[in-house]
Amino acid sequence: MDKRKEELIFQGLMIASALIVIGSLVFVLAVVVLKGLPALNLAMLTQTPKGGYYLGGEGGILNAITGSLCLAGGATVLALLLSLPIALFLQVYSGKSRFSEFARLSLDVLWGVPSIVYGAFGFTIMVFLRVRASLLGGVMALTLLELPIMSRALEEVISMVPLELKESAYALGATRLETAMRVVVRQCLPGILTAILLAFGRGIGDAASVLFTAGYTDSLPSSLFRPVASLPLAVFFQLATPFPEVQQRAYASALVLTIIVLLISLGCRLIGGRFTAHVIR
Amino acid sequence: MANPHISVHNLNVFYRDHHALKDLTVELPERQITAIIGPSGCGKTTFLKSLNRLVELVEGTKISGKVLVRGLDIYHSDVDVTEIRKRIGLLSQRPHPLPMSIYDNVAFGPRLHGLKGRQELDRTVEDHLRAAGLWDEVKDRLHAPASRLSAGQQQRLCLARGLAVEPEVLLGDEPTSALDPMSAQHIERRLLDLKENYTIVIVTHILRQARRLADYVIFLYLGELVEHGPAADFFNHPQEARTRAYIRGEF
Ligand SMILES: Nc1ncnc2c1ncn2[C@@H]1O[C@H](COP(=O)(O)OP(=O)(O)OP(=O)(O)O)[C@@H](O)[C@H]1O
Ligand SMILES: [Mg+2]
Repeated sequence: MDKRKEELIFQGLMIASALIVIGSLVFVLAVVVLKGLPALNLAMLTQTPKGGYYLGGEGGILNAITGSLCLAGGATVLALLLSLPIALFLQVYSGKSRFSEFARLSLDVLWGVPSIVYGAFGFTIMVFLRVRASLLGGVMALTLLELPIMSRALEEVISMVPLELKESAYALGATRLETAMRVVVRQCLPGILTAILLAFGRGIGDAASVLFTAGYTDSLPSSLFRPVASLPLAVFFQLATPFPEVQQRAYASALVLTIIVLLISLGCRLIGGRFTAHVIR
Repeated sequence: MANPHISVHNLNVFYRDHHALKDLTVELPERQITAIIGPSGCGKTTFLKSLNRLVELVEGTKISGKVLVRGLDIYHSDVDVTEIRKRIGLLSQRPHPLPMSIYDNVAFGPRLHGLKGRQELDRTVEDHLRAAGLWDEVKDRLHAPASRLSAGQQQRLCLARGLAVEPEVLLGDEPTSALDPMSAQHIERRLLDLKENYTIVIVTHILRQARRLADYVIFLYLGELVEHGPAADFFNHPQEARTRAYIRGEF
């Protein structure tokens, strides 16, 4: 076969797979928007479920919106506080030692663990400690879920920092800690934002890890030690009812979830743009 | 040498099992420009970085021998590395400004080492930007990102940033090789000015640059010190066959 044909066939394949990716995204969004938009109204966003909501009665999913924001927000903050030291340690301090290779392997394995396993693990611990499903429990389970994603993303970003940049800081008499905190972190800010976003998106969308650990409630989050609602579970419960109008609200809830993730990524892009000014390429 | 600023005794550097510097013994004169020359891969950068202990950041390096800076053995276990690096500034091959504003780049070192007052910082920043010949070009945009400067300006910023730590020695690893001829000339002139107050060591590939700048020359070949001496002797009466070949451009 001549090279031109080969080239053409390969190009065709690449375009086809790109189309499949874009097509699935458009298709998913279309279903959510088409089915969810008609049911979406102000009451859904501003009220908690009233009696009979799950039979088609009055109310909204404010409990799940606020619950999800608290769960994913809390978990993302905790995961960042844990991941940044991990990533800096792996990249700036230990390099390629046995220990750091083992830490990386552990993170990769954790990444691959299905979220229901985190849920079950959290549940076991909570039974052992005799605590109920609660915001705190949900945040812990989601933190475990987000930790490997965030650490590996951060590590990736930090590994892109040119060696010479770090050397410049060392050459001025900076210690490793000063170099890490004042130079590496600044250089990586846009990437750190992306990592936060990635982890947050994963956390806010996960149902399995919060199922047993955070529980569900019709009221707004009020305490770390009480159960909270979440959007993925709201979708699940509503879709599981036999009533078409409630099922429609499930799609509306999914739409809300999608919009939150979208807004946050746009927000990160905007803030990220302001930080890239200083980044050295 | 009557009064060497840096003296190196039996310095060996290994990258894992690669013997990059072989038993170097040499003295570098105070307040003069020493040029390190030699073909690519002969260990020039390694030598330079062993003078401010940057080599040890590379994993698997082994260093033996002594480097004395004004008599202080910088590899002695009691010595604080950051203190050494503060005393010995480095200008790298390509400019690497820090990811912050022009002002913050110059103030970075002084702040690390405890300088706080706004006025003192302002004065330090201005003084060192002037010394690096950059002040007039940036005085109206001190708070703009350093990444927006041209390569030549960035290199002078790196010079200012290094000077602001108030070192006694300045190392330069082919500091002009990534710059256009005008900027290169600018840096060269700065170095000639600066040698009044600093001991300067530069690596260069360009023999003509070594002739223009150097008071003292060190010629390395495959990790070995082949010949060293005052520039005039070195260029006019080279002792070694390999030096003569290199000066004739036969490598
Ligand atoms: N990080 C490293 N790991 C292993 N070997 C290295 C490393 N850095 C340098 N070397 C080796 O050590 C020797 C000296 O390298 P060095 O960078 O000091 O040479 P150089 O004289 O500066 O070369 P150039 O003129 O090309 O910059 C070379 O053979 C090089 O391959
Ligand atoms: Mg080099």
